[in-house]
Amino acid sequence: MRWAKYVTLLFGLFIEAKAAEGKLLATPGTSSIDGSAGGGIVPWAQLSNYASDDEWGGSAFCSGAALSDYRLNVCGAQLNLFDRLELSVAEQAFPVVATDTMIKQSVLGMKVRLYGDVVYSRWPQMSVGVMHKSLSDDAVAQQLGASESQGNDLYFAVSKLQLGAIAGYHWFWNVTTRYSEANQNGLLGYGGPEHSSRWHFEASSAIFLTPHMAVGYEFKEKSQNLGLGESHWRTAFLAWFPNKSMTVTAAWLNFGSIARSKSQKGVYVSITGYF
Amino acid sequence: MCQLRGTFKLMQRFFRSVTLCITLISLFGCQTLHKRNSLYQQFGGQAKIEHVIDAFILRIGANSQIIHYFSDSNISHFRAGFINHMCALLEGPCEYNGDSMVQIHTGMNINERDFNLVVELFINVMTDAHIPYQIQNKVLAKLAPLRSKIIEI
Repeated sequence: MRWAKYVTLLFGLFIEAKAAEGKLLATPGTSSIDGSAGGGIVPWAQLSNYASDDEWGGSAFCSGAALSDYRLNVCGAQLNLFDRLELSVAEQAFPVVATDTMIKQSVLGMKVRLYGDVVYSRWPQMSVGVMHKSLSDDAVAQQLGASESQGNDLYFAVSKLQLGAIAGYHWFWNVTTRYSEANQNGLLGYGGPEHSSRWHFEASSAIFLTPHMAVGYEFKEKSQNLGLGESHWRTAFLAWFPNKSMTVTAAWLNFGSIARSKSQKGVYVSITGYF
Repeated sequence: MCQLRGTFKLMQRFFRSVTLCITLISLFGCQTLHKRNSLYQQFGGQAKIEHVIDAFILRIGANSQIIHYFSDSNISHFRAGFINHMCALLEGPCEYNGDSMVQIHTGMNINERDFNLVVELFINVMTDAHIPYQIQNKVLAKLAPLRSKIIEI
């Protein structure tokens, strides 16, 4: 288990360190399945965990999704250096029952905060990030017609917490533009026989019902490189921020068609720990 | 042509739902506006502002991470200035006539982390004073733009 090694290593590194607490509660968001700080499926402009501009912080997460015909399990970790640079790693496991195979993908990510603070700056916080994704076994991807077993995503994210904006409740929004050749986020390889757009629109929106609880929605545009009618992803989520040590997210997923299995809906649970 | 008409219809539907949303939100807003007027009144007026700031000063005094920023401050001057500033920011019957935020904080070199800690103390004090969450948030929205005139100068 490669991810277990990463997580153990990071835990070892941070066990002695005092958790960074320099940001306001909930402002780092949660962990995306690709490892970066974000919502569940969209990387946000915020960097992970509570490190402020003269602190560093680490975090680790595990997430699980159960869809009608598939499952996805992810664990990963993030390192935030001075709220300027985020390094992340995620290991995804996607068992395909029909063919009795386990698709595994590793994602290495780097995100740089270009401008702003999600709460305070006049303009929204802006970040740019890259992800290197690679499949450890591309048999399924090849079978479906994908041309590559690894790929790089590039994204630009803009986010803002609008204080008291909707009837006195904080409103959060994020818009991300991502260049990607990935099929089903990379789990079904990269590229394919069909020419499809490489630029994708992704967005998130949430309202804080209390200081500890946010309810929101995410959208991730997808392309059709394999010609299998790949659907856009949609989620509705509930995030709980009990304190600055952990975040728990539950979501309802609507992922549409995945590799000819139609109407994939399901649930998602994710937990991130900060240390 | 057909496609164009489809797009047009979609756009129409989109704008209709946006208009509906805006109407709903403004109705919501107006309702609360009519009930209790300015943010100053919603907060609880002068007495509440004074109560919150007194509690805030006690919290700062008890916090070893940030107390050093106040070592050269005159507490009663700080108290009077902050009360006056809050009253003005919340659109109460006052005009802020104290020193500018930049004047006050220049040379203090307050970092992000300590600034956020002070914000958290302030939120806790408002919660203890039973200020409703939505009112707290509106107050924070008024205070947030001051941050660039306070930290790292």
